[in-house]
Amino acid sequence: MKLNLRTAVPILLLVLLALVPLYATFAQQPFFLTLFGRIVVFAIAAVSLDLILGYGGMVSFGHALYLGLGAYVVGIMSFHGIDNGFLHLGVTLVLCALVGAITGLLSLRTTGIAFIMITLAFAQMFYFLAVSLKQYGGDDGLPVSVGSRFGSVTLDDPVVLYYVAFAVLCLCVWAGRRLVEARFGMVIRGARQNDRRMRALGYPTLRYKLVAYVISAMVCGVSGMLYANLTHFVSPAYMAWTASGELIVMVVLGGLGSFFGPVLGSAAMLLIEEWLKGMTEHWMILFGPLIVVAVLVSRRGLYGLLGDLQVRLSRRTRTVEGKA
Amino acid sequence: MSPTLFIMQCLNGLQLGVLLFLMAAGLTLVFGIMNFVNLAHGSLYMMGAFIAATVYNYTGSFALAAIAIVPAMLLIGLIVEFVALKTLYDRDHLDQVLATFGLILFFNELARMIWGPSPYYMEVPEWLSGTVNLFGLDYPAYRFLIIVVGLVVALGCYLLIHRTRIGMLIRAGSTHRQMVGALGVNIVLLNSLLFGLGAILAGIAGLMAGPILSVQPGMGEPILILTMVVIVIGGIGSVRGAFLAALIVGVVDTLGRTALPSILRSMMERSTADTAGPALASMLIYLVMAAVLAVRPQGLFPVKHG
Repeated sequence: MKLNLRTAVPILLLVLLALVPLYATFAQQPFFLTLFGRIVVFAIAAVSLDLILGYGGMVSFGHALYLGLGAYVVGIMSFHGIDNGFLHLGVTLVLCALVGAITGLLSLRTTGIAFIMITLAFAQMFYFLAVSLKQYGGDDGLPVSVGSRFGSVTLDDPVVLYYVAFAVLCLCVWAGRRLVEARFGMVIRGARQNDRRMRALGYPTLRYKLVAYVISAMVCGVSGMLYANLTHFVSPAYMAWTASGELIVMVVLGGLGSFFGPVLGSAAMLLIEEWLKGMTEHWMILFGPLIVVAVLVSRRGLYGLLGDLQVRLSRRTRTVEGKA
Repeated sequence: MSPTLFIMQCLNGLQLGVLLFLMAAGLTLVFGIMNFVNLAHGSLYMMGAFIAATVYNYTGSFALAAIAIVPAMLLIGLIVEFVALKTLYDRDHLDQVLATFGLILFFNELARMIWGPSPYYMEVPEWLSGTVNLFGLDYPAYRFLIIVVGLVVALGCYLLIHRTRIGMLIRAGSTHRQMVGALGVNIVLLNSLLFGLGAILAGIAGLMAGPILSVQPGMGEPILILTMVVIVIGGIGSVRGAFLAALIVGVVDTLGRTALPSILRSMMERSTADTAGPALASMLIYLVMAAVLAVRPQGLFPVKHG
């Protein structure tokens, strides 16, 4: 069988991600587990954003809002002594669906740059709400003492949490691919290309886009839940607009409109961040221009780069075969 | 609330409004005419505030700081334009948003490296530290100056765009770029200068805000978000809309912060009101924005086409 980079690399990446806890235990580097836990959690958020950004063309610049909502559900409920994970999950999903439906309906009245700004403004609104929640730490954030407990499975254990997050990620990538290949996904993708034509064909595109937006919000909420469990901490900074910006960078860096792209992007971005932080205290002075360069150079992200590499590779094999 | 306090707060709202307009004008000119989304506009404002504060603290002259800000911001603006606009002009908005997002991180860290992470202070100049008498009430002279400067700049922008030859070319270039270029106008230079003008406006906003807000890394972002709300409410690409919306947002935000807690206190329990008041006040303009969008998705004063 011919080697296909666009299949091989993602599979290799997933296998490596699955092996992280084993390595962290043997090498006795719990930090490693936390770092990759963050990668997996942000990959879930990035995948959820990619559903609407990559396939629906809806540039939500406030997606960290849902990450923050999920995190705050865990934080506030644990604060009141409720550690039932099913309850955390249920409240997160309902809350994100509600907020997503309301803000989505208002935001989707506009397109293009107005949509970017409005989603940003809504996220900011909730950011200020979180800052003003003085009894839950306000600006300083809220420590999460007890994590989510699903019966006998508790997310307090880092290895369990990691595997749960990893399983959720695999599920999201799989379900996302199924969704965009289905009729529903075709309508979303069609609306991205030409909304008016889709409407002329009789599809109520607004309804389809809204449903996609709400699904994306709910998945992102779940990643926020996992994030609160991972860091044992909740803070308004989780939904700051820079966090939303970083999510978009992950998606674009990895490759728009491919569910493995965001996973690659999340890994690349957080690893680069970690590497730069090790080099200098002022790591952002390098990180900022790096984003600029990444945007300028890569039009289709890392996943697109794999495709280019594949083409070049197969061309070379063909020449070698020709000579032989 | 007493009438005096009410008028005072209206003036404060007006002052925030003109500050927002200085930001929104630059952003709108660049977006409306060049179709370029510059998120780093807040960084230009921050750099303006830092440069003004530094010049002022070294020389002790506010006028000198004001004079220095123009060439300094023009230079920074042209550099940013050279780095960002030249390469990103033809890209879609997403790429522009991302690249300028990277620039924000860069500028914040740059400011942190040069001026340190803690707030950098800029005093109100002595000759402006008094009050002026407005309709029988004493209003801080410096805040009054901000209002005057903002209104003068607004008038200047209006005259530049609607009453001069350059303004005519700018307006023509926004709709028929290639045609204007074909008529022998150096449209590339025109765009660079326009971007520089936007940077200068942001710098002036930074200069004026310096003595009343703390000058620190990251100060550009909150005002950038407010500016975006202004632009969305006013109608994207419309300078007139930006001006009116800036005043609306400024007054609503300022009045909300002072009046809402006391209104709520009269309606419900004190402890509940003390929690809900500030939360609601900081969300107020976003609620206004949502309401405007629900009724008029294109903004209150959209640009008329055709």
